[in-house]
Amino acid sequence: MTRPILAVLAGCLLTASVSAAEVGAILADKSKLTFVSKQMGVPVDGEFRKFTVNMNFDPAKPDAGRAQIDIDMASVDAGAAETNEEVTSKNWFNVKQFPKATFVSSSVKALGGNRFEVAGKLTIRDKTRDVVAPFTMTPQGPNTLFEGVFTLRRGDFGIGQGVWADFDTVANEVQIRFRLLTAAKKG
Amino acid sequence: MDTSPPTRYTDTAIALHWLVALGILGAFSLGLYMQDLPLSPAKLKLYSYHKWAGVTIFLLVLVRLFWRATHPAPPLPSSMPVWQRRLATSMHHLLYALLVCIPLSGWLMSSAKGFQTVWFGVLPLPDLLTKDKALGDALADVHQFLNLSMATLVTVHVTAAIRHHLHSGEAILARMLPFLRNKARP
Ligand code: HEM
Repeated sequence: MTRPILAVLAGCLLTASVSAAEVGAILADKSKLTFVSKQMGVPVDGEFRKFTVNMNFDPAKPDAGRAQIDIDMASVDAGAAETNEEVTSKNWFNVKQFPKATFVSSSVKALGGNRFEVAGKLTIRDKTRDVVAPFTMTPQGPNTLFEGVFTLRRGDFGIGQGVWADFDTVANEVQIRFRLLTAAKKG
Repeated sequence: MDTSPPTRYTDTAIALHWLVALGILGAFSLGLYMQDLPLSPAKLKLYSYHKWAGVTIFLLVLVRLFWRATHPAPPLPSSMPVWQRRLATSMHHLLYALLVCIPLSGWLMSSAKGFQTVWFGVLPLPDLLTKDKALGDALADVHQFLNLSMATLVTVHVTAAIRHHLHSGEAILARMLPFLRNKARP
């Protein structure tokens, strides 16, 4: 008899600790937007160093959650100087013409526990596609960490054209990881 | 049990010698060629082939060293002056050392540059170093230096073998090239 009571208690505590962590401003220097591409079957890490996040999230009302992420495409670090030069050029991100990529959420739903799922529209270059990303929300002291991973197909966005268009050297699938740390909400 | 020194290399030793020789000739030329290519899918492919070939050579060299340790080489002919025999032996040891260090430096360099080596696209080798650009660049210099040293030593090695064959009349080259053997010993 004590077990279910404990479980309920633990459940209440959990909900309490989660909803207590209503999110405030993003801590940019502790947040990361990284990706893993595959070159000749070898995973290669990359990162966007500059991006801004506007989000509003209350785990008690996930449906009301909103997020917009703007990414400065020229801030990419794809692993080596030569690669950065290539990946910002015309065949890839074409940062001269398309300096920014944008994600705008359209809905968030709870998956149970501290897991959620955000759906939205991702625009890179001149292509907009629907993406869905599961994420977790974990308190970290006074702050809250949002962490998620999803996979996009670079071909859907016209990333890697010309000689790079086929996927035998650079795979179509690119894994995107986000790790956003938000401060406690003030007031 | 026969304890007298062998008079010839085993067929396995000869096969390994030429396999490794062919391998380094290929990996060396590819290494020189691929570097200056502009970034392209072809370049990424060639880098991978170079790394796969280098790892394969490394494994062959390990087999070769094991074979060499368990199957002594025939002694050099006593018609050769002692200093020449000593020099030849040191030369061979140096070549073995380079054959081990060159692929190792390549592997370490790749790790330090943040590009893991996945042998034939299937078997990931552990990254022995974490990503560190300065270290990666330094190791690239080491890899290059060791390669240039090897190219120099191989040139001397080949020249010496041919000279012995043509001028000194010693059947040194024929020990590694069995098809010359019959002519050398009618
Ligand atoms: C016997 C084996 C090998 C030989 C003979 C060899 C030879 C060479 C040569 C001649 C170069 C050009 C050096 C220069 O002029 O700067 C080179 C470059 C290179 N090698 Fe090797 N290599 C071997 C094994 C390996 C291995 C095992 C790896 C990695 C797993 C590797 C990775 C590289 C890389 C990444 C470069 C390009 C360096 C750069 O772009 O700066 N090599 N190699």
